[in-house]
Amino acid sequence: MEMPPPDMMVIARKPRIVARLLEVLPDDAVIHEEAETRAYECDALTAYRCPPLCAVLPSSTQEVSAVLRICHEEGVPVVPRGSGTSLAGGALPTADCVILGVARLNDVLETSYSDRYIRVQTGRTNLSVTGAVEEEDFFYAPDPSSQLACAIAGNIAMNSGGAHCLKYGVTTNNLLGVKMVLMDGTIIEIGGAHLDAPGYDLLGLICGSEGQLGVVTEATLRILRKPEGARPVLMAFNDSEVAGACVADIIKAGVLPVAIEFMDRLCIETSENFAQAGYPDCEALLIVEVEGSDAEIDEQLGVILQIARRHDPIELRESTSPEESAKIWLGRKSAFGAIGQISDYMCLDGTIPVSSLPMVLRRIGELSEHYGLRVGNVFHAGDGNMHPLILFDANKEGDLELCEAMGADILRLCVEAGGCLTGEHGVGIEKRDLMFDQFDPEDLELQMKVKDVFDPKWLLNPAKVFPLTASESRRTG
Amino acid sequence: MLAPQSEAELADIVKSSSQPFAVQGGGTRGIETSGALLSTSGLQGITLYEPGALTLVARSGTPVSEVEAILAKENQRLAFEPMDHRSLMGTTGVPTIGGVVAGNISGPRRIMAGACRDSLIGVRFVDGTGTVIKNGGRVMKNVTGYDLVKLMAGSFGTLGILSEVSFKVLPGVADVKTLVFGGLSVAQAIEAMSLGLGSPFEVSGAAHDPARQETSLRLEGFEASVAYRAKALSELLVQFGQAQILDHESAAYWDNVANVTDFATQTGDVWRISVKPSDAPRVSAALPGIALRYDWGGGLIWALCAPGQDLRPPLDGIAGHATRVRGAPGIAMFQPEPASIAALAQGLRARFDPRAILNSGLMGASHANDIHA
Repeated sequence: MEMPPPDMMVIARKPRIVARLLEVLPDDAVIHEEAETRAYECDALTAYRCPPLCAVLPSSTQEVSAVLRICHEEGVPVVPRGSGTSLAGGALPTADCVILGVARLNDVLETSYSDRYIRVQTGRTNLSVTGAVEEEDFFYAPDPSSQLACAIAGNIAMNSGGAHCLKYGVTTNNLLGVKMVLMDGTIIEIGGAHLDAPGYDLLGLICGSEGQLGVVTEATLRILRKPEGARPVLMAFNDSEVAGACVADIIKAGVLPVAIEFMDRLCIETSENFAQAGYPDCEALLIVEVEGSDAEIDEQLGVILQIARRHDPIELRESTSPEESAKIWLGRKSAFGAIGQISDYMCLDGTIPVSSLPMVLRRIGELSEHYGLRVGNVFHAGDGNMHPLILFDANKEGDLELCEAMGADILRLCVEAGGCLTGEHGVGIEKRDLMFDQFDPEDLELQMKVKDVFDPKWLLNPAKVFPLTASESRRTG
Repeated sequence: MLAPQSEAELADIVKSSSQPFAVQGGGTRGIETSGALLSTSGLQGITLYEPGALTLVARSGTPVSEVEAILAKENQRLAFEPMDHRSLMGTTGVPTIGGVVAGNISGPRRIMAGACRDSLIGVRFVDGTGTVIKNGGRVMKNVTGYDLVKLMAGSFGTLGILSEVSFKVLPGVADVKTLVFGGLSVAQAIEAMSLGLGSPFEVSGAAHDPARQETSLRLEGFEASVAYRAKALSELLVQFGQAQILDHESAAYWDNVANVTDFATQTGDVWRISVKPSDAPRVSAALPGIALRYDWGGGLIWALCAPGQDLRPPLDGIAGHATRVRGAPGIAMFQPEPASIAALAQGLRARFDPRAILNSGLMGASHANDIHA
């Protein structure tokens, strides 16, 4: 994937830019030695790397504002960075950019259980938000699988989801307010502990804008009381399409599980070899989890199991203890790591209508044969968010390109099926040049006009989201 | 009145005209606009409904009642429980699904299931230049490009005219019960509702009516589950007295809460105030002698006051916003925004509707004198 050539004029002015940044930040917050900027050369899309001009680690909103004002005046592109866990290259630098990391902004500022919100600085990790409220039996709902490491700033930038979205929604549904710094240094506040906006829903617009509209430094997040209990059931089938049909029937029946997870044979076998979760030998399995009191769980699982039995499962395994629950989840949670043990892989993130699941699985199988690359399917079936894992060999000449070409075909298939390119990882650079497969030029033009309003000079994370050809005149203008 | 029968016809009308339009769905929500009346009522029909995927797509002029009826057949529903403004506003006509989206209209269940914008997963609209734009789609997880879906929700036709809207829908429920506590002060009511909403019992409505001295918490779900939670919630809230439990009367009870039926028959201006629930007693103290009704656990407060009375000055200093829903123009309908936010709103407005022909002056103002910040 191509990145625009760096602005040599900016690179030539590095000493001056660093000196100005050092005027507003402590010495240890400006990283500019070549040996040290390398730490910021990539995010979790590790196939692409480029050390930035420098990296800054401000400790307050005021410092963020000062940094942005300088970069704005100097015409330096800024790439905001949470914890650098983006799989889409959302935090990939260019050689002429300043990486603005929010890692030092990690305080809890305010917690209210009676009004059910928490206000945090956005460098705080996702899991540590729940960690801050779980003593009172509360939690923060979005749970991306990188939640141990990923920052709230990145969650907001990519509108992150997780396994429990079917019931609790994604980041945008759990975000009440932000403090944000615009590229020119202006500090704005949107929303707060109250609900809904008086004017345009700028909060909804900012969530998922991939760090292109501003740098969010504080967030007010909705927290929820933990359910009394949760229990998963594992269902094994000898046919992926039957498993897909079972998902649709469960949803139609009026029960709303918190999670419906799907794994295919490759993922089942690989994670079984790795984690020994005791999964059955089958073509497809579902993990369905429901919440409530014991009696409520019994009632819901009664309905769900009755439906599952109509689809000829080869096994239905209902957890009877916390240990068994953990074991049912173990294989699913180990799936990515297990695949990583046997091969390099690329993790896709397309979403499809649940009804298209059988067709899409079949076509992915055909593409796998066509390209000669194996694919594992593990995904959030309840909401149609697929994570096909394409296995390739990074040391083999041309294999990465082959893998990317196949990934693009799978994502086009998702769009063709009525879905979209990305459900929860974001566009970044990874899906940037596929955007014309989902949108007409007019659709993208209006989105770019939104960026014009927030960042007229196109300095914030400029080479992401929009195809380079579409954004070129704005980035270089 | 212009009432195009297709999206293409709508786009042609906008493209070829430079006259300002008053954009309208069913015209039931009392939105104050001027210009040639342009109605979406000709854009009708449910274009996709997949119960197994919890997805419904409808053209914007489709009556809300038609959407609700087709969902009910499959025991599904719009999670956000849109309010019907007709009795409150004294309007007639047919509320449309596009109107619900344009106003981001939500009801009591908003406190648990989110607002209209949270259920909205896709839009098609015609912008102020007559260009057809799509954003989002028909899947519930989608971060492909900027989320203009949320931006369009609650933009009251000022950024574009909706032609089609897509929703994530939810299963309906087998049973509903409402716990009603009597004789609580505002402060006690807020405390009781906050305890309930902070419990694991999935309270899907929490309202307080000081006139009837009733504080109500709603539970929905499968029969045995609702019975269990009603008992557990009663025990949790025992310090607030013995709850009376409503069964089949619940539906009508919450319709009245959603539609603020109490204020429909009384004269005066009606305001809608959004604050964090714990600030509700401050709102009450700041508005002495004004009739109030509390929803969303105290976070949404409806106020009935004398015609022409501006409720914003007494509420100054309490975080949140106040909208004048009913009453003669003269006081800005929407809460004025700080200058930095207003500048962004105006910038968006100028890009989406460069000729300022869509519901001109309503919000996202090209009218600097609306801004009192």
